[in-house]
Amino acid sequence: MTLLAVERIKLLSTRSPWWCALTALLLTGGFTALVVSQSNAQFPATVSATQYAYNFGMAVIMVLAALAVTTEYRFGTIRTTFQAVPNRAAALAAKATVIALIALVIGEIMAFLSWGLATLIKPEADLALNSAADWINVAGVGPACALAAVVAMAVGILVRHSAGAISLVLIYFLAAENLVTLIPGIGADIFKWLPFNVLHKFVTGNGESAGGAAYGQPLSTSTLSQWWALAYFAAFAVVLLAIAIATARKRDA
Amino acid sequence: MIEAQSLTKRYGDKLAVDDLSFTVESGRVTGFLGPNGAGKSTTMRMMLGLDNPTSGTVTIGGKRYSELHHPLRTVGALLDARWVHPNRSARAHLSWMAKSNKISPKRVDEVLDIVGLSEVASKRAGGFSLGMSQRLGIAGALLGDPEVLLFDEPVNGLDPEGILWIRKFMQRLADEGRTVFVSSHLLSEMALTATDLVVIGKGKLISQSTTEEFVARATDSTVKVRSPHLDRLRPALDRVGATVTPTDDGLLVAGVAGEKIGELAMENQVTLHELAPQQGSLEQAFMQITGDSVEYHADLETEAAEQPAGHAAVTN
Repeated sequence: MTLLAVERIKLLSTRSPWWCALTALLLTGGFTALVVSQSNAQFPATVSATQYAYNFGMAVIMVLAALAVTTEYRFGTIRTTFQAVPNRAAALAAKATVIALIALVIGEIMAFLSWGLATLIKPEADLALNSAADWINVAGVGPACALAAVVAMAVGILVRHSAGAISLVLIYFLAAENLVTLIPGIGADIFKWLPFNVLHKFVTGNGESAGGAAYGQPLSTSTLSQWWALAYFAAFAVVLLAIAIATARKRDA
Repeated sequence: MIEAQSLTKRYGDKLAVDDLSFTVESGRVTGFLGPNGAGKSTTMRMMLGLDNPTSGTVTIGGKRYSELHHPLRTVGALLDARWVHPNRSARAHLSWMAKSNKISPKRVDEVLDIVGLSEVASKRAGGFSLGMSQRLGIAGALLGDPEVLLFDEPVNGLDPEGILWIRKFMQRLADEGRTVFVSSHLLSEMALTATDLVVIGKGKLISQSTTEEFVARATDSTVKVRSPHLDRLRPALDRVGATVTPTDDGLLVAGVAGEKIGELAMENQVTLHELAPQQGSLEQAFMQITGDSVEYHADLETEAAEQPAGHAAVTN
């Protein structure tokens, strides 16, 4: 508990998490407002449409997570941290926990803010959360962001440089994974199992939250069920974090 | 007590610290002296468990750093004053450190007061001057009221007031019975603060002794002689085994006392225009001793190391 408090003080006593949180909210809120206000009979406002921009918010949260650890390397405070807490595994695990919790909170606020905005803009649309798929599509954004933040933090520990870690995480998340589908023959099969594609499956499922409308978020090609998709991505995040922590323990700080 | 045994650190094919063994006694200020790049900082990082030794061990009070429970309460260290997040306030920086070792939050205000930063405690550390950052670093080192304190080049880049402050501060810490281990590349600085000296060069131990011993050994005194009859004096000096170095306007003589040179001059009917004892500066002496082990020579330093006496004549 002590270590969690330490990491909480560290994270919240700098400005970047606040700016990242604000950016994530403005980006997703603004995008949702835009999409929903343009909806019509052909492209109806659905629960799925309210979360159209969750990816962008998640990207910002991943930047926050990567920065939380790379700035420690950049400013040398990681050495002060390991000096105060020589058990590096415990210190970094605590950090991952705090970052995941903060990402969870920002993710939930982001998702429900978007959904709330949409219901205000289109009160006549059917945006009630009345199925499991609807609930996961909105409330699931939080856990998805939490796990994505752990992945970004693990990359941050491994790479140690802000610019390097952020570009690696963002390029992979926003571009590289989709580019895999372009590999002839096997591309689509590999893509099915790539982590962020699977995570998207957890959030959007088979499109039930889009109310059968063709218009909504592009769906994941993963064949896993929603909960297995979450478990798959969680395992990916934990393994990556374990590798990062093992590396940090061996390395000179 | 700090004890290093056969401490070795290799980066690639470069040996930064090479089979280094020394002990730091409790309750005294021990200087850790060596030219830049000698391996001082690497050694201190290994003491704190930040870098892993390639071989050998270093223990503090018989325990490895990683075995210490709440290490900030046993060992306080200031390795680099810039190891602070620039957008975090001084108080927040100390608060998380205190929290991590279950140190009372009251202690944060106490140490801020000790180093004189109370008024700027809630300002962002990025706006601090080097002297203020140094004070913040020292506040961090004092946080756990530790018995052992490590400082890496604490006076580097400070103005005279800051240097004086740090110097007095270290003496005060030793007076309180703490063990202070402080690195520097300036012997003159160490001569003023440290009672013991561990001297290293190129990662190897050069000497471990009291500061007095080291300084006495380091500053072989020389005598400067000016005379219109050097041609007669010089052979006489050579006969008594003096080391003679010609300078622009005379000779520098080592190995013979001034009185003896005067007597020799008298015997040989040599007129003396000057007979002046030269106290070699500590810096030159230090360079003489560590001369071969300076990692990165500037041309000037090379010259000085090769011709210490000649250099002495110029600077004195």
